[in-house]
Amino acid sequence: MGLLTKKDAGLILDPLADNNPITIQVLGICSALAITAELEASIVMSVAVVFVLGVGNVVISLMRNIIPSKIRIIVQLIVVATLVIIVDQVLKAFSYELSQKLGAFIGLIITNCIIMGRFEAFALANGPWKSFLDGIGNALGYGVILIIVGFFRELLGSGTLFGIPVLGDPITKTGLYATGYENNGFMIIPPAALIVVGIIIWVQRSRNPALVEEN
Amino acid sequence: MLEHIELFFKSIFIDNMVFAVFLGMCSYLAVSKKVATAVGLGAAVIFVLAVTVPLNWLLDKYLLQDGALVWLGEEYADYNLGFLSFILFIATIATMVQLVEIVVEKFSPSLYNSLGIFLPLIAVNCAILGGSLFMQAREIETLGLALNYGVSSGIGWFLAILAIAAIREKIRYSNVPAPLRGLGITFIITGLMGIGFQSFGGMLTGGDEAPAEVEDTTVQTIEVEKKENLKEIDEEEISYNAAINK
Repeated sequence: MGLLTKKDAGLILDPLADNNPITIQVLGICSALAITAELEASIVMSVAVVFVLGVGNVVISLMRNIIPSKIRIIVQLIVVATLVIIVDQVLKAFSYELSQKLGAFIGLIITNCIIMGRFEAFALANGPWKSFLDGIGNALGYGVILIIVGFFRELLGSGTLFGIPVLGDPITKTGLYATGYENNGFMIIPPAALIVVGIIIWVQRSRNPALVEEN
Repeated sequence: MLEHIELFFKSIFIDNMVFAVFLGMCSYLAVSKKVATAVGLGAAVIFVLAVTVPLNWLLDKYLLQDGALVWLGEEYADYNLGFLSFILFIATIATMVQLVEIVVEKFSPSLYNSLGIFLPLIAVNCAILGGSLFMQAREIETLGLALNYGVSSGIGWFLAILAIAAIREKIRYSNVPAPLRGLGITFIITGLMGIGFQSFGGMLTGGDEAPAEVEDTTVQTIEVEKKENLKEIDEEEISYNAAINK
């Protein structure tokens, strides 16, 4: 399948910045906030959404001419639910503790607005290859935000990345902790995710004035 | 009765659907520009949760739980259909929402006009599926408690969207920095409200058990200490008397 054309490359790259599903399209916020206290959970959730959205977009795109319009929401829900069940079972099999940590939020990928949003906006009107790229692009855009939030929350809140202490040991006061630095407990509680995303939006819109909302 | 009241207040304030577990954020952010529409959506969410959570509880109890199929026959006791939870829950929700929409349109056109636009949207609202999934994860015990959980979670969500809509209406006249206008400031305000709601966390801890225990032990230790002191005094008296008598 050779090199991607410029338009195709755009399908993957646009959602990473200017058309980001979380900060611009305002979709998929729920899971972006709830599970980002740790970087590992953020990455696993991003991979799960990449799989579901990529495969789902292709499936819906292949079926787009035979789905009657009246039941299309139900068909979309069934496709997503099946893919999420697969993800959930694979996760339970290979990493049970991570599956417990993510809890109900794996199931909530079904109602993740990004997935239904891209089905409606793109997969129902475009061919399978383009839909696949669009799905991957949007899921990666979602993943980028999740990873940024997870990175800062885990680093500032627990001083670890992937569970490995990187700033020293807070109990024996080595590394950065020897200077009197303490972990920011605020970063672990849920509201911190909202504020971190708010700051990301602030930075993004400052750099690109075209995205600022009119009053 | 007490567990009903406890679940009610816990679901509204401590496990608030928006501030503690972030369910239904997309519609929360999109529909909160005006208080009137926020009230409409909030009412619809309470209604749909009240209908779907008990229904999904029944599904969970008689079909999806580990060993739930016993009622069909003893040989089915080992079957675990839990992996079908997602697809069955979402199917129930989509169907119920469609049914509710048809019924409301037929019997109360005025209610349909105010709620109606939101009802189809709600089927894919994470708050609704989340309510059922959390009900399953927390292993809620009775149908009454499931109904209680559905209604109170809905009320919690309703309170949240009402508050943010009211605040957003007011800050339109404030001097928000341009890049934060609209979405950004809403995130930050929601975060601050979340911190505020965390203060409810101490509301239901302790209750009948913990303080009573603490009380009992301190009273007991004081009594034991008293007894020991008295014992010592008695022993001293006895030895003193013994010494005198000798």
